[in-house]
Formats: sequence, C-alpha cells, structure tokens
Amino acid sequence: MTNEQLIEQLSKAYPAAATKQGGQYPEITMPREMLHSFMQNLKSEPNLAFDYLVCESGVDYPEYLQVVYHLESTTHRHFLVVKSNTENRETAVLDTVCDIWPTAEFHEREIYDLLGITFNHHHDMRRFFLDNTWGHPLRKDFKDDIHVVER
Amino acid sequence: MGIKKNKEFETNDFPIIEQYEGGSIILTQLDALLNWSRANSVWPLTFGTRCCAIEFMAVGASRHDMARFGYEVARASPRQADMIIISGSINYKMAPILKRLYDQIADPKYVIAMGACAVSGGPFFYNSYSIVKGADHVIPVDVYVPGCPPRPEALLFAFLQLQKKIKREKNFKTKIKK
Repeated sequence: MTNEQLIEQLSKAYPAAATKQGGQYPEITMPREMLHSFMQNLKSEPNLAFDYLVCESGVDYPEYLQVVYHLESTTHRHFLVVKSNTENRETAVLDTVCDIWPTAEFHEREIYDLLGITFNHHHDMRRFFLDNTWGHPLRKDFKDDIHVVER
Repeated sequence: MGIKKNKEFETNDFPIIEQYEGGSIILTQLDALLNWSRANSVWPLTFGTRCCAIEFMAVGASRHDMARFGYEVARASPRQADMIIISGSINYKMAPILKRLYDQIADPKYVIAMGACAVSGGPFFYNSYSIVKGADHVIPVDVYVPGCPPRPEALLFAFLQLQKKIKREKNFKTKIKK
C-alpha cells in the first residue's frame, strides 16, 4: 500500500488520532488509551500486517514525554511511524507492546533506564545499563555535579 | 623529565649500588643496555574500547607496521604484555576494569593514551554522564596522542616517543661512598 492509502485507511478507522504525511514515512499520533489495541490491530490485520518493530525510542518535550514506534511490514513492504504522548513528565506511563513484538522488551527497558517512562504489563521492568543510584540521564533537566561538565 | 610520578605506582625495587669514583661508566653502560633492550621490545595489550581501536589495528597491519619497531604482537593476557594503549573512551563502568588490567601487568609497564577520549574525554567532555574525562584519572599515562582518531603515523610517532622516554630511564640507584 502506498503512504496515502495507509493514512486514509487508518484515519477512517480511528478518527481520534492525528495523522501527518509529507515526510518519508506516514505518521500517526495515538492517544495513550487506545495504543495497545491499535498496535494489536496493526499486526493482525492481513492487509496491514506490520510484523517488524524496527525501533522504539523516547522523546523529551517540555510538557510531556513521547514514545515513537517505527513499524514495517515484511510482506507488504510499507512503513508507519506511531507516536504516543504521556500525560506529563512526572507520571510517564504507557502500555507495553512487548507481547506483540518481543523486541520491545529491551527497547522499553532502555527507555525506562534513560528517560524514565514506565510501561504497564512489562515482564521485566528494570534498568538496563545503569543502576538505581542514577536518575534518568537523557532527560533535558538531568543534573549531575560529579559526572557531567556543563557547557 | 619533571613529571611527578605517583608514589603508589612505583613498586620497583632498585638495587642500590655503591658508586665509586670513576666507576659510573659501568653503570651507565648497563643502564643503556637495559633500556635499549626494553625499548625495542614493548608488547602492547589488546585493549580497544572504541573507534581508535580501528586505527590501532591499522597500525598493526601491513601498511604501517608496528612490528618493525618491536611492538611485535598484541598479547591478550596482561601478564604477558608490557604496555597498554588506551584506544577509545573509558566509561565509568570500564574504569575499575582498566585499573585491574594495569595492575596485573608486570613491571616495567608503560601507557599510551591514544585519541581525544583517552587524553581528556574528547568529544564527550561536555554534557556526558558516562565517560571518564581522560584516562589519566584512572592510571598514569606516559605518552598522549591527540587526534580523533589519530592517524596511524601519529601513533607510530608516539611509539618512537615512548622509546625515547624508556631510553632516558635510570635503573640503578646509586649512593656515593664517601
């Protein structure tokens, strides 16, 4: 399917979501509550068939945090970018997708370690590189007098 | 040389030899022999953490050959190595491991800090929470090679500087007999 067809189909099915085209990949921003069922649908529907989660990463905005999923279908060869915002920076909780794509286990552990977003129903929500003496270093307001030399 | 060595790292026991008048020609020649033999056969430990390791491998390969200077093989075990070339950046997680490897190398041992990350933290000096700002916070360094990464010729120049530094060493402590 082309980018336009994808966006058309998805925005008809989910009118609450915001879509964006024009870049390399079509983007869709889902509200947090519908995220897990939307992802399940993306994988199981036969003409969408997104079975490859390329990358899952976190973004730090001033008011909220965001998680970006890059999805690809190996059968149809189309891409999609899904974004989902958290409520605010203090309570950053989202639903996990590791039951849909198992690679998300490690991606979500890294996001928890470095940005502080926790994921519901994750099997093994613990730190990846660092230990609990650290805060969340990739946040923009991370301050550490010992290790970081500010510029 | 004017470089203050940390007392903790001087564990050699020098034989203290009484110096007679006119006898120091023997000691300087012995010194020269020992230093020449040490300088021409310094085997590095395989230690590369980041991109500078690729340049180190290039120095070991055939175009810029480090074997012709005596840095014949890179030994995998610190017990069999003479020096560490710190090629790459050192994390806070890696720092105790680096110190342990350095302690396991037998005297006489030397260290070359290769690349901007090992010299001073390099591109990660500002705003990085995980990189040690210079490998000489962990172990004492003899030769610093700037560059990101340094050219293989620059590393070969550092090898030659290290050889010159080894040839200046004094191995025998003498006290003058009155």
